[in-house]
Amino acid sequence: MPEMNHRGYRLHVEGAPGAQAAVRLEGRLALEDLKALMADLQAVPVKMKPREIAVDVAGVEYLDSAGAMALIEMENLSRSLGIPFELLGVSEKDHGLLCLIDREALQRPPLRPESERPAIVVRLGEVARRQYRDVLEIMTFVGELVAALAYCLVHPRSIRWEEVKFYMKRAGADGLPIVALISLLLGLIMAFMSSLQLKQFGANLYVANLVTIAMVRELGPIMTAILVAGRSGSAFAAEIGTMVVNDEVNALVTMGFDPIRFLAVPKVLAAMVVVPILTVYADFFAILGGLIVGITGLDLTAFTYIQQTKSSIRVFDFATSLVKAVVFAMLISGIGCQRGFQVRGGAEGVGMSTTSAVVSAIFLIIVADSAFAIMLHYVRH
Amino acid sequence: MASSNTEPVIIVEGLTARYGEVTILQDVSFEVYRGERFMILGGSGCGKSTLLKHMIGLIKPHAGRVVIDGVDITRADEETLHRVRSRIGVLFQADALFGSMSLAENVSLPLAEYTDLPPELIREIVRMKLGLVNLAGYDNHMPSELSGGMRKRAGLARAMALDPTFLFYDEPWAGLDPVTAAELDILIRSLNEGIGTTMVFVTQELASIFSLGQRVIMLHKDVKGIIARGTPQELRETSSDPRVNHFFNRQAD
Repeated sequence: MPEMNHRGYRLHVEGAPGAQAAVRLEGRLALEDLKALMADLQAVPVKMKPREIAVDVAGVEYLDSAGAMALIEMENLSRSLGIPFELLGVSEKDHGLLCLIDREALQRPPLRPESERPAIVVRLGEVARRQYRDVLEIMTFVGELVAALAYCLVHPRSIRWEEVKFYMKRAGADGLPIVALISLLLGLIMAFMSSLQLKQFGANLYVANLVTIAMVRELGPIMTAILVAGRSGSAFAAEIGTMVVNDEVNALVTMGFDPIRFLAVPKVLAAMVVVPILTVYADFFAILGGLIVGITGLDLTAFTYIQQTKSSIRVFDFATSLVKAVVFAMLISGIGCQRGFQVRGGAEGVGMSTTSAVVSAIFLIIVADSAFAIMLHYVRH
Repeated sequence: MASSNTEPVIIVEGLTARYGEVTILQDVSFEVYRGERFMILGGSGCGKSTLLKHMIGLIKPHAGRVVIDGVDITRADEETLHRVRSRIGVLFQADALFGSMSLAENVSLPLAEYTDLPPELIREIVRMKLGLVNLAGYDNHMPSELSGGMRKRAGLARAMALDPTFLFYDEPWAGLDPVTAAELDILIRSLNEGIGTTMVFVTQELASIFSLGQRVIMLHKDVKGIIARGTPQELRETSSDPRVNHFFNRQAD
């Protein structure tokens, strides 16, 4: 019973159940027809159930490893059903290919089973252990960083000032436009939204107080810190992480450099200088945003608005906001560098550490800000 | 002539490669025959890897053309290029395995993209390919858990996933110990002879040039092109060019 199809190969099967089956294959036995070929070939021993099978491949023009695999699978299947199997007319080249395929490998299960989802208790334990290790690593890093900073304080000439300047430009000057834009818009929004409420009581003027107090005390440092975490904290982590992956950090160690002093200290110092400056910028632009709303929407003069702004803010508030900014800068740059040093593996590790640097930095900023809020409350009164 | 078959399947014609204003290769022409092991040799910075990148269509040449199996890949549209690419396998110098995927996932990626085979059949092909490169059983291992030689072989298994007609190797022996390199030679030779894949190597590894190379061309940065062609033995024994002699006898210029 000859059988034709539209594929690259032609299959002729002759024989009957219980008798010998003669299979003749012609054309291309290749990957593109593998699905059909496997089905056709395996149907012979399974459906026909002959006494023995002889496959003639003399007419095969092209055989690739997928085609060879189909033939070997047919042989394996026939043998497992107790049907003798013979391959005829194999050219020298095809013989080489058939020999290359490791028959045992097709059956052998993987050395390691596919990873299954462990039980919830195991997973919880894993997470807890990872968190514990993470906290330990962060504490170790903080210790090392503080030691390195202290060393640099005593030996200021050991600081790589060129690097510090470079990162000041990267984290500071290059970030000015986005900080200015976002703060200006924030000021506009705050002033506009609050003016809708305050207008009802004829308290238009107090828009200036609201914008200034909110911005200088809270939002200025926080907004700036979050922006810097996104721009620079992530960049620090990615940069150091890639250096770890490329063995550059190991190279530093073998050359006798302390990687923390060499890589982390310049970044932390740069951040500690520029984040307070960026915060002042943010405050200024937010107040400018409020001023724009005040003049255009609330019939206030620039002079009154600025006077009101000046009277609403104390030097103490301004100073504490700068202190906060310095603390945030240390958190952002410190965690960014730490996540970078933590990287293991390759590209994926760098990606994970970058994400983690931003998320951890924002988390720490909020925690620190809460601590400041409580502390300052008692200092003020 | 080591290869009896002289049907050209890869034709590079008048290829000029430039990065910006800098010319790397000037008017390079040669042919690769079906089923042969062809090697592109030369010292560092002579443009070997640049030539390879042009041959696999990663970079478009400034002038000239590259014809693979009748298709001019420098002018082909995306669809044609996609089809040609499914017949090309590349083993990159740094193995380029995806670190976030297991070996089985790495090898099955091109199969899932270019064929509509059911997952069980793809798994079976993957097992077969890993067996071909002597990595049977390593399906669920991650690339980072393997040694350099094993990663190279896994990269080869991925490059061969679709039974390509053409396999390109960029410095396959770089960073391998001599024993592992020799094992890779044996594997490559048996794949070439068993499957009949046309293979193009970019290399400067003398031992493997002599054990595997059938025809070679040698590039040099001074002429920005080919300074010698022939079999490795011919070049070593008969070339009068001192640059070729220095290369084959491992001498300083």
